[in-house]
Amino acid sequence: MTGRPLDRETPDRLYTVTGGRSQADDIDLDLVTLIVSESDPTPGMQSEHVRMLDLCRTPVAVAEISADLALPVSVVKILLRDLIDMGRVTARPPSSAPVHAELPHPDVLKEVLVGLRKL
Amino acid sequence: MDSASSEHPSAGGISRVPLPETASDALKIVIVGGFGVGKTTMVRSVSEIRPLSTEEIMTRAGVGIDEPGAVRDKTTTTVAFDFGRITLNDRMILYLFGAPGQERFWFLWDQLFSGTLGAVVLVDTRRVEDSWYAIDRLEHHNMPFVVARNNFGEPRHSLDQVRGALSLSEHIPLIDCDARQRESSKAVLIALVDHLYALSTAGKRMP
Repeated sequence: MTGRPLDRETPDRLYTVTGGRSQADDIDLDLVTLIVSESDPTPGMQSEHVRMLDLCRTPVAVAEISADLALPVSVVKILLRDLIDMGRVTARPPSSAPVHAELPHPDVLKEVLVGLRKL
Repeated sequence: MDSASSEHPSAGGISRVPLPETASDALKIVIVGGFGVGKTTMVRSVSEIRPLSTEEIMTRAGVGIDEPGAVRDKTTTTVAFDFGRITLNDRMILYLFGAPGQERFWFLWDQLFSGTLGAVVLVDTRRVEDSWYAIDRLEHHNMPFVVARNNFGEPRHSLDQVRGALSLSEHIPLIDCDARQRESSKAVLIALVDHLYALSTAGKRMP
């Protein structure tokens, strides 16, 4: 855990990081969508993008990127969308995420149970 | 050489166990409870990484929210939450989020936690009333859950008494746990997934 209260964050910084964008209702990017880098950072890239590409050499969930970069989840989603659109990263969405009104398939739950019992 | 970690000024991002390259499907379980009830303790006891902490801001005030009047601070709504993870197999990862039961948190539920498998309501019997709101909100969001009493020492109430105090219907599992103990926290998660499995095979979402 890290103490990093957002109220001490200057709104200016968040504004600058996203280039003023604030719409992050990116339904394709879930908190646990796994992000994988497809290329190395290149000179001149925004520092947050560089850090994301470095971080995601192995799959990393959106929530973890948010924790590591000390940026709110919605800000991270905006920045990731840039990288996805540039083909720099790929996203592996969770099978369960967009399905709002249905329970997960019993087979998925069975796999979860097997995994938990092995802990 | 041990100072190498200072190369990474990122908060908490120091040499975590990486996920397998083949990881492709991550799932979420949310542990809800009042302040100090032991959410992060539970996450820590079963997580393969030290719990991480992050925040979310409400990006579109009032949209998709059914009780906008309840938000007192109209400028920004920020919620901090901790989480950990369990690698279930080479493909599936389970993320555990500890979520504050406070009012403003529920305005972010859909934004953060749509697609969650299910929830654990962690109860401190010294402050049962803290859990009423969480239970009510989970039912409102049609989110299946189990209730776990985090036992601090010798319980002063039977589980039946707790069930009564929470007005919990019979078909919602209620169990005792010690959030500090890995086996105990693991048993809570298994109880939740068993419950989900029963609901899923019965072909219904919620009571």
